[in-house]
Amino acid sequence: MIAFDRTVIRYPRATVAAVDSVSFGAPRGSVTAVVGPNGSGKSTLVRALLRLTPIAAGRITIDGDDLEQIERRAVAQRIAVVSQREVLVFPLPVWEYVALGRHPHEGPWEASPVRADAGIANALERAGIAELADRSTDDLSGGEWQRVRIARALAQGGEAFVLDEPTTFLDIAHEMAMFELFARLARDGMAVLLVSHQLNLVARFADTMVLLHRGRVAAAGTPADVMRASILEAVYEWPLLITRDPAVGAPALLPLRNRGPRSPSQTS
Amino acid sequence: MSSGLKALSLWVGVGLIVCMLAIAAIAYGAVPLTARSVIDAIGGRGDPITIAIVRMLRLPRALLALLVGGGLGMAGAALQGALRNALAEPYLLGVSGGAAVGAVAAVSLGASGPFILPLASFAGAALAIAVALLVARAGGGRSDPRVLLMAGVIVGAFANAAIMVLLSNSPPNAVRNALWWMMGSVADASWLTIGWLTVYVGAGGALLLWFAREIDILSLGEESAAALGVDAARSSRNIFLIAALLSAATVAAAGLIGFVGLVVPHLVRSMGVRRHRALIAGSALVGAGLVVAADLVARLARPPAELPLGAVTALLGVPFFLVQLRRLS
Repeated sequence: MIAFDRTVIRYPRATVAAVDSVSFGAPRGSVTAVVGPNGSGKSTLVRALLRLTPIAAGRITIDGDDLEQIERRAVAQRIAVVSQREVLVFPLPVWEYVALGRHPHEGPWEASPVRADAGIANALERAGIAELADRSTDDLSGGEWQRVRIARALAQGGEAFVLDEPTTFLDIAHEMAMFELFARLARDGMAVLLVSHQLNLVARFADTMVLLHRGRVAAAGTPADVMRASILEAVYEWPLLITRDPAVGAPALLPLRNRGPRSPSQTS
Repeated sequence: MSSGLKALSLWVGVGLIVCMLAIAAIAYGAVPLTARSVIDAIGGRGDPITIAIVRMLRLPRALLALLVGGGLGMAGAALQGALRNALAEPYLLGVSGGAAVGAVAAVSLGASGPFILPLASFAGAALAIAVALLVARAGGGRSDPRVLLMAGVIVGAFANAAIMVLLSNSPPNAVRNALWWMMGSVADASWLTIGWLTVYVGAGGALLLWFAREIDILSLGEESAAALGVDAARSSRNIFLIAALLSAATVAAAGLIGFVGLVVPHLVRSMGVRRHRALIAGSALVGAGLVVAADLVARLARPPAELPLGAVTALLGVPFFLVQLRRLS
């Protein structure tokens, strides 16, 4: 559904490209995860998808149509994106914030969804935050705010779901619940594209992993293809061990303590 | 009571208060009138002298105050949302400075006549808006509202310096005229002014209401706006332009009346209004009420002299705002 085709993105006045000839696709019915170290170009891909960063070469397509040729609103009707950060200057009740997700589907004079709207209630329910509906967005914890933002994307609907570091502020239970939700959305036929640092979780839930390194694809394929010590050590520049998740058998990564020369205080 | 009904009754109440303030403003003056005779005179009934006083003098003055307050309130509400800044207001964006430069330049060049001052101040404001947009563009912040805001502040600071240079080389009489204009007044209201300002405030207000949904989305920030299909850079530039031109028109009609654009949207938010369509409409109503009330106080305080309207809006607005702020915290 979403495809990057030899995409090159260069920030103004930068000497090297932030994203250099990246090609991969995020098809319907599967979870595709983009991983990689800080600054490897993951979020730049999301910004390009939002058309906030121009593409220098190559292209991004939605079901084969060039992204640049599709009206922004029409893209938003098909793809819901949860960006990495969002700070509200003026707080809103949670349900009203979630209702803003319907914006791409509304005419300028059409009435906004009301508190009792079924679509809003459903989005709140699926994100597991029905009880937060009447709270103000400035009274939420980091994790609650993150789930409220995911609820807005659920209210937005569409056929693809793109999330940039969606579980950063979540505890284990909420993080697992979110990954289960992403897997369910994919099973329901949506294209789910995740940008994440949580390699172990991604390895369990994603159908395809794309490992970025300095703007290029260092490895891509199933989690078993990408989660190899030789590949990951070279990209992350840190010693690590690949084991098997005892519960589901997915590859799991264990970063090792640095075995370099010990400092004098440690030797005494 | 349902929340919709509660909101409706709140706004009917606010509307009634604004109407009563307007009637009080028309009734009060050198020849005091009753509310009844004001309503009769507006309808063309009763004593011909009363009709003349109301229709020729006091009604235009009250209407001008309503229009100016309504326009500034709407412009402030739209700018705060679109630029994601609680301190954004029309006057912060170089509009007031530009308008003042235009007016002061006209006064210090000895130009006079009923159209010169409004035209000169509107031209000055329009020039300042254009310069602010160009500065923001040169600053590279294509879609960063902070850059637009800073560009406005810088243009405003430059304008203030230019005013001082102009005034220091002007005869005392011109300085006095210019200062009086910069303090804001609705005393010189005419039906002609009411006519063009109604068109301006009506069209500008309608456009801002049209964009209100987009302002809701813009207030989420650039990335979330893009995710919801809104081109933040283009949209915030459009709203900046509409709001700035709307406030430039109010400045041309009544000089500088500060504080309304900043404080009124916050007052309306404190009444529980969040979405921008209701916020802009509510700010029009509350802004209109605030300026009419301020004009009444300006005339009541030390008759027959009048206090500068711009000072009174701030004197009235600040305590009211502080009470609301306290209630919120």
